[in-house]
Amino acid sequence: MSELGAFITREELSGAGSGPLAGRTVAVKDNISTEGVATTCGSRMLERYVPPYDATVVERLREAGATVVGKTNMDEFGMGTTTETSAFGPTRNPVDRERVPGGSSGGSAAAVAAGEADLALGSDTGGSIRCPAAFCGVVGIKPTYGLVSRYGLVAYANSLEQIGPLARSVEDAAELLDVLAGPDERDATTRFDSREGGHPAAGADYAAAADGDVEGTTVGVVTDLVEGADERVIETFHDALEGLESQGAELVEVSLPSLETAVQAYYVIAMSEASSNLARFDGVRYGPEGGDGDWNEAFAEVREKGFGDEVKRRILLGTFALSAGYQEKYYEKAQDARAWVKQDFDSALEEADVLASPTMPVLPFELGEGLEDPMRMYLADANTVPVNLANLPAISVPAGTADGLPVGLQLIGPAFGEEAIIRAASAVA
Amino acid sequence: MSETDGAVGPEEVRHVADLARVGLNEDELDRFADQLSDVLAYFEALDDVPEVDAEPELTNVLRADEERDCLDREAALSNAPEREDGYFRGPRVS
Repeated sequence: MSELGAFITREELSGAGSGPLAGRTVAVKDNISTEGVATTCGSRMLERYVPPYDATVVERLREAGATVVGKTNMDEFGMGTTTETSAFGPTRNPVDRERVPGGSSGGSAAAVAAGEADLALGSDTGGSIRCPAAFCGVVGIKPTYGLVSRYGLVAYANSLEQIGPLARSVEDAAELLDVLAGPDERDATTRFDSREGGHPAAGADYAAAADGDVEGTTVGVVTDLVEGADERVIETFHDALEGLESQGAELVEVSLPSLETAVQAYYVIAMSEASSNLARFDGVRYGPEGGDGDWNEAFAEVREKGFGDEVKRRILLGTFALSAGYQEKYYEKAQDARAWVKQDFDSALEEADVLASPTMPVLPFELGEGLEDPMRMYLADANTVPVNLANLPAISVPAGTADGLPVGLQLIGPAFGEEAIIRAASAVA
Repeated sequence: MSETDGAVGPEEVRHVADLARVGLNEDELDRFADQLSDVLAYFEALDDVPEVDAEPELTNVLRADEERDCLDREAALSNAPEREDGYFRGPRVS
Protein backbone atom coordinates (compact mmCIF):
# COMPACT_ATOMS: atom_id res chain seq x y z
CA MET A 1 0.00 0.00 0.00
CA SER A 2 1.08 3.59 -0.57
CA GLU A 3 2.02 5.84 2.32
CA LEU A 4 -1.62 6.86 2.70
CA GLY A 5 -2.82 3.29 2.38
CA ALA A 6 -5.29 4.37 -0.28
CA PHE A 7 -4.81 1.26 -2.44
CA ILE A 8 -5.08 -2.43 -1.63
CA THR A 9 -3.90 -3.46 -5.12
CA ARG A 10 -2.01 -1.33 -7.60
CA GLU A 11 -2.47 -2.71 -11.06
CA GLU A 12 -3.05 -0.87 -14.29
CA LEU A 13 -5.90 -1.77 -16.62
CA SER A 14 -5.71 0.26 -19.78
CA GLY A 15 -8.77 1.59 -21.53
CA ALA A 16 -9.77 2.11 -25.13
CA GLY A 17 -7.50 4.51 -27.03
CA SER A 18 -10.08 7.24 -27.22
CA GLY A 19 -13.27 8.30 -25.48
CA PRO A 20 -14.57 10.94 -23.09
CA LEU A 21 -12.23 9.77 -20.31
CA ALA A 22 -9.13 9.18 -22.47
CA GLY A 23 -5.96 10.03 -20.55
CA ARG A 24 -7.73 10.01 -17.17
CA THR A 25 -6.79 7.70 -14.31
CA VAL A 26 -9.47 6.12 -12.17
CA ALA A 27 -9.16 4.34 -8.82
CA VAL A 28 -11.80 1.65 -8.24
CA LYS A 29 -13.17 0.67 -4.84
CA ASP A 30 -12.21 -2.89 -3.99
CA ASN A 31 -15.79 -4.18 -3.84
CA ILE A 32 -16.25 -3.59 -7.59
CA SER A 33 -15.28 -6.60 -9.69
CA THR A 34 -12.28 -6.38 -12.01
CA GLU A 35 -11.59 -9.38 -14.22
CA GLY A 36 -8.23 -10.93 -13.36
CA VAL A 37 -7.47 -8.40 -10.59
CA ALA A 38 -8.04 -9.27 -6.92
CA THR A 39 -11.24 -7.82 -5.44
CA THR A 40 -11.03 -8.20 -1.66
CA CYS A 41 -13.80 -5.99 -0.23
CA GLY A 42 -11.24 -5.14 2.46
CA SER A 43 -11.78 -8.62 3.92
CA ARG A 44 -9.61 -11.66 4.72
CA MET A 45 -12.56 -13.64 3.37
CA LEU A 46 -11.77 -12.50 -0.18
CA GLU A 47 -8.03 -11.92 0.21
CA ARG A 48 -7.28 -14.24 -2.73
CA TYR A 49 -10.50 -13.76 -4.72
CA VAL A 50 -9.95 -12.89 -8.39
CA PRO A 51 -13.21 -12.17 -10.24
CA PRO A 52 -13.75 -13.97 -13.55
CA TYR A 53 -15.63 -10.95 -14.94
CA ASP A 54 -15.74 -7.13 -14.93
CA ALA A 55 -18.46 -5.07 -13.27
CA THR A 56 -20.54 -3.16 -15.82
CA VAL A 57 -19.13 0.15 -14.52
CA VAL A 58 -15.57 -1.09 -15.10
CA GLU A 59 -16.46 -2.04 -18.68
CA ARG A 60 -17.95 1.41 -19.15
CA LEU A 61 -14.83 3.13 -17.74
CA ARG A 62 -12.53 1.24 -20.06
CA GLU A 63 -14.74 1.77 -23.10
CA ALA A 64 -14.67 5.50 -22.27
CA GLY A 65 -10.86 5.45 -22.48
CA ALA A 66 -10.05 5.66 -18.77
CA THR A 67 -7.11 3.82 -17.23
CA VAL A 68 -7.84 1.97 -14.00
CA VAL A 69 -4.83 2.45 -11.68
CA GLY A 70 -5.76 0.17 -8.81
CA LYS A 71 -8.22 -1.04 -6.24
CA THR A 72 -8.84 1.14 -3.22
CA ASN A 73 -9.04 0.41 0.48
CA MET A 74 -12.40 0.33 2.19
CA ASP A 75 -14.18 -0.68 5.36
CA GLU A 76 -14.70 -4.44 5.26
CA PHE A 77 -17.61 -5.14 2.89
CA GLY A 78 -18.46 -1.41 3.09
CA MET A 79 -19.36 -1.65 6.78
CA GLY A 80 -17.90 1.39 8.45
CA THR A 81 -17.53 5.16 8.48
CA THR A 82 -13.74 5.42 8.78
CA THR A 83 -12.05 2.78 6.52
CA GLU A 84 -10.50 1.39 9.73
CA THR A 85 -12.41 -1.91 9.60
CA SER A 86 -10.39 -2.95 6.53
CA ALA A 87 -8.47 -6.18 7.10
CA PHE A 88 -5.52 -4.51 5.35
CA GLY A 89 -5.06 -1.59 7.73
CA PRO A 90 -6.43 1.94 7.75
CA THR A 91 -6.16 4.65 5.10
CA ARG A 92 -4.91 8.05 6.25
CA ASN A 93 -6.61 11.32 5.45
CA PRO A 94 -4.34 13.30 3.07
CA VAL A 95 -5.44 16.55 4.73
CA ASP A 96 -4.34 15.37 8.20
CA ARG A 97 -2.61 12.02 8.39
CA GLU A 98 -3.59 11.43 12.01
CA ARG A 99 -7.23 11.43 10.98
CA VAL A 100 -9.46 8.99 9.12
CA PRO A 101 -10.51 9.66 5.51
CA GLY A 102 -14.10 8.66 6.28
CA GLY A 103 -15.67 5.55 4.89
CA SER A 104 -16.42 3.21 3.62
CA SER A 105 -14.93 4.43 0.28
CA GLY A 106 -12.02 6.02 2.17
CA GLY A 107 -9.31 4.76 -0.19
CA SER A 108 -11.09 6.20 -3.22
CA ALA A 109 -11.54 9.63 -1.62
CA ALA A 110 -7.96 9.72 -0.31
CA ALA A 111 -6.53 8.68 -3.70
CA VAL A 112 -8.41 11.50 -5.45
CA ALA A 113 -7.63 14.09 -2.76
CA ALA A 114 -3.91 13.24 -2.86
CA GLY A 115 -3.74 13.25 -6.66
CA GLU A 116 -2.97 9.50 -6.85
CA ALA A 117 -5.87 9.22 -9.31
CA ASP A 118 -7.85 11.80 -11.29
CA LEU A 119 -11.16 10.18 -10.51
CA ALA A 120 -12.51 7.30 -8.43
CA LEU A 121 -15.44 4.95 -8.07
CA GLY A 122 -17.02 4.40 -4.68
CA SER A 123 -20.20 2.73 -3.52
CA ASP A 124 -22.75 4.30 -1.20
CA THR A 125 -25.10 2.20 0.93
CA GLY A 126 -25.64 4.75 3.70
CA GLY A 127 -23.16 7.52 2.92
CA SER A 128 -20.04 5.63 1.88
CA ILE A 129 -19.26 7.97 -1.02
CA ARG A 130 -20.42 11.24 0.56
CA CYS A 131 -18.78 10.76 3.98
CA PRO A 132 -15.22 10.24 2.68
CA ALA A 133 -15.74 12.97 0.08
CA ALA A 134 -16.62 15.36 2.91
CA PHE A 135 -13.75 14.26 5.18
CA CYS A 136 -11.12 14.46 2.40
CA GLY A 137 -12.39 17.68 0.82
CA VAL A 138 -13.46 16.24 -2.54
CA VAL A 139 -16.75 15.83 -4.45
CA GLY A 140 -18.82 12.64 -4.28
CA ILE A 141 -22.15 11.74 -5.85
CA LYS A 142 -24.58 9.08 -4.66
CA PRO A 143 -26.86 8.57 -7.69
CA THR A 144 -30.59 7.83 -7.57
CA TYR A 145 -31.25 4.13 -7.05
CA GLY A 146 -31.42 2.57 -10.52
CA LEU A 147 -29.31 5.17 -12.36
CA VAL A 148 -26.10 3.10 -12.32
CA SER A 149 -25.72 -0.67 -12.74
CA ARG A 150 -24.75 -2.64 -9.65
CA TYR A 151 -23.73 -5.69 -11.71
CA GLY A 152 -20.35 -6.79 -10.37
CA LEU A 153 -20.66 -4.82 -7.11
CA VAL A 154 -20.23 -7.25 -4.22
CA ALA A 155 -23.56 -6.88 -2.44
CA TYR A 156 -23.89 -5.55 1.10
CA ALA A 157 -27.47 -4.15 1.15
CA ASN A 158 -28.92 -4.30 -2.35
CA SER A 159 -32.00 -2.16 -1.77
CA LEU A 160 -29.88 0.80 -0.64
CA GLU A 161 -26.62 0.87 -2.55
CA GLN A 162 -25.39 2.61 -5.67
CA ILE A 163 -21.99 2.99 -7.32
CA GLY A 164 -20.98 6.61 -7.88
CA PRO A 165 -18.12 9.00 -8.74
CA LEU A 166 -15.55 10.86 -6.63
CA ALA A 167 -13.50 13.71 -8.10
CA ARG A 168 -11.72 16.95 -7.24
CA SER A 169 -14.33 19.11 -8.98
CA VAL A 170 -18.09 18.93 -9.49
CA GLU A 171 -17.62 18.99 -13.25
CA ASP A 172 -15.19 16.03 -13.19
CA ALA A 173 -17.56 14.02 -10.99
CA ALA A 174 -20.45 14.82 -13.34
CA GLU A 175 -18.38 13.83 -16.38
CA LEU A 176 -17.67 10.46 -14.77
CA LEU A 177 -21.37 10.05 -13.93
CA ASP A 178 -22.18 10.57 -17.62
CA VAL A 179 -20.07 7.49 -18.35
CA LEU A 180 -21.43 5.34 -15.50
CA ALA A 181 -25.18 6.03 -15.82
CA GLY A 182 -27.39 3.95 -18.04
CA PRO A 183 -29.43 0.78 -18.32
CA ASP A 184 -27.92 -2.67 -17.96
CA GLU A 185 -29.83 -5.83 -18.74
CA ARG A 186 -27.82 -7.57 -16.01
CA ASP A 187 -29.25 -5.30 -13.28
CA ALA A 188 -33.05 -5.25 -13.39
CA THR A 189 -33.20 -2.14 -11.18
CA THR A 190 -31.73 -0.11 -14.06
CA ARG A 191 -34.58 -1.16 -16.36
CA PHE A 192 -37.20 1.45 -17.19
CA ASP A 193 -38.94 -0.28 -20.07
CA SER A 194 -42.37 1.20 -19.40
CA ARG A 195 -41.13 4.72 -18.71
CA GLU A 196 -41.51 7.25 -21.46
CA GLY A 197 -38.07 8.09 -22.80
CA GLY A 198 -36.58 4.90 -21.31
CA HIS A 199 -33.72 5.10 -18.80
CA PRO A 200 -33.48 8.47 -17.01
CA ALA A 201 -29.85 8.93 -18.12
CA ALA A 202 -30.94 8.96 -21.77
CA GLY A 203 -30.77 12.56 -22.87
CA ALA A 204 -29.17 13.74 -19.63
CA ASP A 205 -25.88 15.66 -19.74
CA TYR A 206 -24.55 15.81 -16.22
CA ALA A 207 -21.29 17.58 -17.05
CA ALA A 208 -23.19 20.36 -18.82
CA ALA A 209 -25.30 20.86 -15.71
CA ALA A 210 -22.22 22.04 -13.78
CA ASP A 211 -22.78 25.60 -14.97
CA GLY A 212 -22.96 27.30 -11.57
CA ASP A 213 -26.34 28.88 -12.29
CA VAL A 214 -28.43 28.91 -9.10
CA GLU A 215 -30.42 32.06 -9.87
CA GLY A 216 -33.97 31.31 -8.71
CA THR A 217 -33.15 27.88 -7.24
CA THR A 218 -34.92 27.16 -3.97
CA VAL A 219 -32.66 25.46 -1.43
CA GLY A 220 -34.45 23.80 1.48
CA VAL A 221 -32.32 23.65 4.61
CA VAL A 222 -33.18 20.45 6.50
CA THR A 223 -33.20 21.83 10.04
CA ASP A 224 -33.37 18.34 11.63
CA LEU A 225 -29.95 17.55 10.11
CA VAL A 226 -28.31 20.80 11.20
CA GLU A 227 -29.35 21.03 14.85
CA GLY A 228 -27.25 18.21 16.28
CA ALA A 229 -24.08 19.00 14.31
CA ASP A 230 -20.73 20.26 15.62
CA GLU A 231 -20.82 24.07 15.84
CA ARG A 232 -17.76 24.46 13.64
CA VAL A 233 -19.49 22.36 10.98
CA ILE A 234 -22.67 24.44 11.24
CA GLU A 235 -20.73 27.69 10.84
CA THR A 236 -18.97 26.50 7.67
CA PHE A 237 -22.27 25.11 6.35
CA HIS A 238 -24.01 28.48 6.80
CA ASP A 239 -21.16 30.34 5.09
CA ALA A 240 -21.57 28.08 2.06
CA LEU A 241 -25.34 28.67 2.03
CA GLU A 242 -24.80 32.41 2.14
CA GLY A 243 -22.58 32.00 -0.89
CA LEU A 244 -25.46 30.35 -2.76
CA GLU A 245 -27.87 33.03 -1.60
CA SER A 246 -25.57 35.78 -2.88
CA GLN A 247 -25.74 34.12 -6.31
CA GLY A 248 -29.52 34.29 -6.42
CA ALA A 249 -30.63 31.12 -4.66
CA GLU A 250 -33.54 31.35 -2.25
CA LEU A 251 -33.19 29.65 1.14
CA VAL A 252 -36.15 28.10 2.96
CA GLU A 253 -36.28 25.88 6.02
CA VAL A 254 -37.84 22.42 5.93
CA SER A 255 -38.32 19.84 8.67
CA LEU A 256 -38.82 16.10 8.23
CA PRO A 257 -40.20 14.43 11.40
CA SER A 258 -39.48 10.95 10.01
CA LEU A 259 -35.74 11.58 10.24
CA GLU A 260 -35.94 10.84 13.95
CA THR A 261 -35.98 7.10 13.24
CA ALA A 262 -34.05 7.07 9.96
CA VAL A 263 -30.76 5.82 11.43
CA GLN A 264 -32.53 2.98 13.25
CA ALA A 265 -34.45 2.03 10.10
CA TYR A 266 -31.32 2.19 7.99
CA TYR A 267 -29.31 -0.10 10.26
CA VAL A 268 -32.11 -2.65 10.67
CA ILE A 269 -32.56 -2.86 6.89
CA ALA A 270 -28.87 -2.78 6.00
CA MET A 271 -27.95 -5.38 8.60
CA SER A 272 -30.85 -7.64 7.64
CA GLU A 273 -29.89 -7.54 3.98
CA ALA A 274 -26.23 -8.05 4.91
CA SER A 275 -27.00 -11.13 7.00
CA SER A 276 -28.63 -12.68 3.94
CA ASN A 277 -26.11 -11.46 1.34
CA LEU A 278 -23.06 -12.52 3.29
CA ALA A 279 -24.43 -16.05 3.75
CA ARG A 280 -22.67 -16.85 0.46
CA PHE A 281 -19.26 -16.68 2.15
CA ASP A 282 -18.94 -20.29 3.25
CA GLY A 283 -15.50 -21.28 1.95
CA VAL A 284 -16.85 -23.50 -0.84
CA ARG A 285 -16.86 -21.32 -3.97
CA TYR A 286 -14.30 -18.81 -2.70
CA GLY A 287 -12.67 -17.82 0.57
CA PRO A 288 -10.44 -19.63 3.05
CA GLU A 289 -10.73 -23.38 3.43
CA GLY A 290 -12.92 -24.73 6.25
CA GLY A 291 -11.85 -27.33 8.83
CA ASP A 292 -12.63 -31.05 9.01
CA GLY A 293 -15.96 -30.72 10.80
CA ASP A 294 -19.42 -31.19 9.30
CA TRP A 295 -20.86 -28.43 7.14
CA ASN A 296 -22.22 -26.38 10.05
CA GLU A 297 -18.89 -26.48 11.85
CA ALA A 298 -16.86 -25.88 8.69
CA PHE A 299 -18.94 -22.85 7.65
CA ALA A 300 -18.83 -21.36 11.17
CA GLU A 301 -15.05 -21.79 11.22
CA VAL A 302 -14.50 -20.16 7.81
CA ARG A 303 -16.72 -17.23 8.80
CA GLU A 304 -15.03 -16.84 12.18
CA LYS A 305 -11.63 -16.63 10.46
CA GLY A 306 -12.69 -14.63 7.43
CA PHE A 307 -14.85 -11.85 8.91
CA GLY A 308 -13.75 -8.98 11.15
CA ASP A 309 -15.64 -7.71 14.20
CA GLU A 310 -17.85 -5.11 12.52
CA VAL A 311 -19.01 -7.57 9.85
CA LYS A 312 -19.76 -10.17 12.54
CA ARG A 313 -21.73 -7.60 14.55
CA ARG A 314 -23.86 -6.64 11.56
CA ILE A 315 -24.49 -10.26 10.54
CA LEU A 316 -25.53 -11.10 14.11
CA LEU A 317 -27.81 -8.08 14.44
CA GLY A 318 -29.34 -8.69 11.02
CA THR A 319 -29.92 -12.36 11.78
CA PHE A 320 -31.51 -11.35 15.09
CA ALA A 321 -33.78 -8.77 13.44
CA LEU A 322 -35.03 -11.38 10.98
CA SER A 323 -35.33 -14.27 13.46
CA ALA A 324 -38.61 -15.81 14.57
CA GLY A 325 -40.56 -13.49 16.85
CA TYR A 326 -38.57 -10.34 16.04
CA GLN A 327 -39.17 -9.74 12.36
CA GLU A 328 -42.34 -7.73 12.98
CA LYS A 329 -40.75 -5.69 15.74
CA TYR A 330 -37.63 -4.71 13.80
CA TYR A 331 -37.66 -5.43 10.08
CA GLU A 332 -41.28 -4.56 9.33
CA LYS A 333 -41.23 -1.43 11.47
CA ALA A 334 -38.06 -0.37 9.68
CA GLN A 335 -39.86 -0.72 6.35
CA ASP A 336 -42.61 1.56 7.66
CA ALA A 337 -39.99 4.05 8.82
CA ARG A 338 -38.40 3.90 5.36
CA ALA A 339 -41.72 4.61 3.61
CA TRP A 340 -42.28 7.51 6.02
CA VAL A 341 -38.88 9.01 5.15
CA LYS A 342 -39.73 8.74 1.43
CA GLN A 343 -43.04 10.55 1.96
CA ASP A 344 -41.36 13.31 3.95
CA PHE A 345 -38.73 13.86 1.27
CA ASP A 346 -41.42 13.97 -1.43
CA SER A 347 -43.24 16.74 0.48
CA ALA A 348 -40.06 18.68 1.22
CA LEU A 349 -39.05 18.54 -2.45
CA GLU A 350 -42.37 20.14 -3.36
CA GLU A 351 -41.24 23.19 -1.39
CA ALA A 352 -37.66 23.28 -2.62
CA ASP A 353 -35.69 22.32 -5.74
CA VAL A 354 -32.88 20.81 -3.70
CA LEU A 355 -32.36 20.16 0.01
CA ALA A 356 -29.22 21.02 1.96
CA SER A 357 -27.50 19.76 5.10
CA PRO A 358 -23.97 19.27 6.35
CA THR A 359 -22.78 15.95 4.83
CA MET A 360 -21.33 14.83 8.16
CA PRO A 361 -22.38 16.30 11.51
CA VAL A 362 -18.78 16.03 12.75
CA LEU A 363 -15.22 16.81 11.64
CA PRO A 364 -13.00 13.86 10.59
CA PHE A 365 -12.29 11.52 13.52
CA GLU A 366 -8.78 10.85 14.76
CA LEU A 367 -7.47 7.40 13.83
CA GLY A 368 -8.67 4.83 16.36
CA GLU A 369 -11.13 7.20 17.99
CA GLY A 370 -14.33 5.26 17.46
CA LEU A 371 -13.38 1.65 16.77
CA GLU A 372 -14.62 0.31 20.12
CA ASP A 373 -17.87 2.24 20.11
CA PRO A 374 -20.11 1.03 17.26
CA MET A 375 -23.11 3.14 18.33
CA ARG A 376 -21.10 6.35 18.08
CA MET A 377 -20.07 5.47 14.53
CA TYR A 378 -23.64 4.61 13.51
CA LEU A 379 -24.90 7.98 14.75
CA ALA A 380 -22.32 9.79 12.61
CA ASP A 381 -24.26 8.56 9.56
CA ALA A 382 -27.41 10.49 10.55
CA ASN A 383 -27.29 12.95 7.63
CA THR A 384 -26.46 10.52 4.84
CA VAL A 385 -28.59 7.41 5.48
CA PRO A 386 -32.02 9.07 4.94
CA VAL A 387 -31.09 9.65 1.29
CA ASN A 388 -30.49 5.93 0.69
CA LEU A 389 -33.75 5.03 2.44
CA ALA A 390 -35.56 7.37 0.01
CA ASN A 391 -33.58 6.15 -3.08
CA LEU A 392 -32.71 9.78 -3.88
CA PRO A 393 -29.58 11.37 -5.41
CA ALA A 394 -27.21 13.47 -3.30
CA ILE A 395 -23.86 15.14 -3.74
CA SER A 396 -21.24 16.15 -1.19
CA VAL A 397 -19.25 19.22 -2.19
CA PRO A 398 -16.50 20.95 -0.17
CA ALA A 399 -18.08 23.81 1.81
CA GLY A 400 -14.85 25.13 3.30
CA THR A 401 -12.76 24.17 6.31
CA ALA A 402 -13.08 24.36 10.08
CA ASP A 403 -9.89 24.16 12.20
CA GLY A 404 -8.12 23.30 8.95
CA LEU A 405 -10.33 20.25 8.33
CA PRO A 406 -12.71 19.84 5.38
CA VAL A 407 -16.46 20.25 5.82
CA GLY A 408 -18.87 18.87 3.24
CA LEU A 409 -22.17 20.36 2.08
CA GLN A 410 -24.76 17.78 1.08
CA LEU A 411 -27.34 18.63 -1.58
CA ILE A 412 -30.25 16.22 -2.09
CA GLY A 413 -32.48 16.19 -5.18
CA PRO A 414 -35.66 14.52 -6.39
CA ALA A 415 -35.41 11.05 -7.96
CA PHE A 416 -33.27 11.29 -11.12
CA GLY A 417 -32.72 14.99 -10.42
CA GLU A 418 -28.93 14.62 -10.64
CA GLU A 419 -28.67 17.67 -12.88
CA ALA A 420 -30.29 19.89 -10.23
CA ILE A 421 -27.86 18.87 -7.47
CA ILE A 422 -24.86 19.07 -9.81
CA ARG A 423 -25.91 22.57 -10.88
CA ALA A 424 -26.35 23.79 -7.30
CA ALA A 425 -23.11 22.13 -6.14
CA SER A 426 -21.16 23.77 -8.95
CA ALA A 427 -22.11 27.16 -7.50
CA VAL A 428 -20.59 26.35 -4.10
CA ALA A 429 -17.27 28.17 -3.85
CA MET B 1 -34.86 -11.06 26.39
CA SER B 2 -36.88 -8.27 27.88
CA GLU B 3 -39.26 -6.53 25.51
CA THR B 4 -38.51 -3.14 27.01
CA ASP B 5 -34.77 -2.61 27.11
CA GLY B 6 -33.51 -4.76 24.24
CA ALA B 7 -30.84 -6.42 26.42
CA VAL B 8 -29.35 -9.72 25.21
CA GLY B 9 -26.99 -12.06 27.08
CA PRO B 10 -24.15 -14.31 25.87
CA GLU B 11 -26.51 -17.28 25.42
CA GLU B 12 -28.73 -15.34 23.02
CA VAL B 13 -25.68 -14.16 21.10
CA ARG B 14 -24.59 -17.80 20.84
CA HIS B 15 -28.01 -18.79 19.48
CA VAL B 16 -27.96 -16.05 16.82
CA ALA B 17 -24.33 -16.87 15.94
CA ASP B 18 -25.37 -20.52 15.42
CA LEU B 19 -28.20 -19.43 13.12
CA ALA B 20 -25.74 -17.26 11.15
CA ARG B 21 -22.98 -19.94 11.19
CA VAL B 22 -20.41 -17.61 12.74
CA GLY B 23 -18.01 -19.13 15.26
CA LEU B 24 -17.38 -16.96 18.36
CA ASN B 25 -15.16 -17.46 21.42
CA GLU B 26 -16.21 -16.72 25.02
CA ASP B 27 -14.71 -13.22 25.04
CA GLU B 28 -16.54 -12.32 21.86
CA LEU B 29 -19.85 -13.61 23.25
CA ASP B 30 -19.59 -11.25 26.23
CA ARG B 31 -18.38 -8.29 24.24
CA PHE B 32 -20.97 -8.70 21.49
CA ALA B 33 -23.74 -9.18 24.08
CA ASP B 34 -22.97 -5.73 25.50
CA GLN B 35 -22.63 -4.05 22.10
CA LEU B 36 -25.72 -5.73 20.61
CA SER B 37 -27.75 -4.73 23.68
CA ASP B 38 -26.82 -1.08 23.13
CA VAL B 39 -27.81 -1.20 19.46
CA LEU B 40 -31.06 -3.11 20.10
CA ALA B 41 -32.02 -0.62 22.81
CA TYR B 42 -31.50 2.13 20.25
CA PHE B 43 -33.74 0.28 17.74
CA GLU B 44 -36.60 0.43 20.30
CA ALA B 45 -37.54 3.85 18.90
CA LEU B 46 -38.97 2.08 15.85
CA ASP B 47 -41.93 1.01 18.02
CA ASP B 48 -43.30 4.55 17.69
CA VAL B 49 -43.19 4.73 13.89
CA PRO B 50 -46.67 5.21 12.39
CA GLU B 51 -47.96 2.74 9.82
CA VAL B 52 -47.45 4.12 6.34
CA ASP B 53 -49.36 3.21 3.21
CA ALA B 54 -46.74 2.90 0.54
CA GLU B 55 -47.53 1.89 -2.99
CA PRO B 56 -44.31 1.03 -4.73
CA GLU B 57 -44.32 1.26 -8.51
CA LEU B 58 -43.47 -2.17 -9.78
CA THR B 59 -42.71 -3.10 -13.35
CA ASN B 60 -42.16 -6.56 -14.74
CA VAL B 61 -38.69 -6.57 -16.30
CA LEU B 62 -38.19 -10.29 -16.80
CA ARG B 63 -36.32 -11.09 -19.98
CA ALA B 64 -37.31 -13.76 -22.46
CA ASP B 65 -36.21 -17.19 -21.29
CA GLU B 66 -33.61 -17.77 -23.97
CA GLU B 67 -30.33 -19.60 -23.87
CA ARG B 68 -27.27 -17.34 -23.64
CA ASP B 69 -23.58 -17.51 -22.81
CA CYS B 70 -22.57 -17.70 -19.18
CA LEU B 71 -19.34 -18.23 -17.23
CA ASP B 72 -17.58 -21.38 -18.31
CA ARG B 73 -16.97 -24.10 -15.75
CA GLU B 74 -13.26 -23.41 -15.37
CA ALA B 75 -13.85 -19.72 -14.63
CA ALA B 76 -16.63 -20.50 -12.17
CA LEU B 77 -14.40 -22.94 -10.28
CA SER B 78 -11.29 -20.78 -10.41
CA ASN B 79 -11.63 -19.40 -6.87
CA ALA B 80 -12.74 -22.58 -5.11
CA PRO B 81 -10.44 -23.83 -2.34
CA GLU B 82 -11.35 -27.42 -3.24
CA ARG B 83 -12.82 -28.98 -6.35
CA GLU B 84 -13.39 -32.47 -7.69
CA ASP B 85 -14.30 -33.71 -11.17
CA GLY B 86 -15.44 -30.27 -12.32
CA TYR B 87 -17.55 -29.60 -9.21
CA PHE B 88 -17.15 -27.54 -6.06
CA ARG B 89 -16.19 -29.75 -3.15
CA GLY B 90 -17.87 -28.82 0.14
CA PRO B 91 -17.61 -30.13 3.70
CA ARG B 92 -19.42 -33.33 4.74
CA VAL B 93 -23.10 -32.89 5.50
CA SER B 94 -23.27 -35.13 8.58
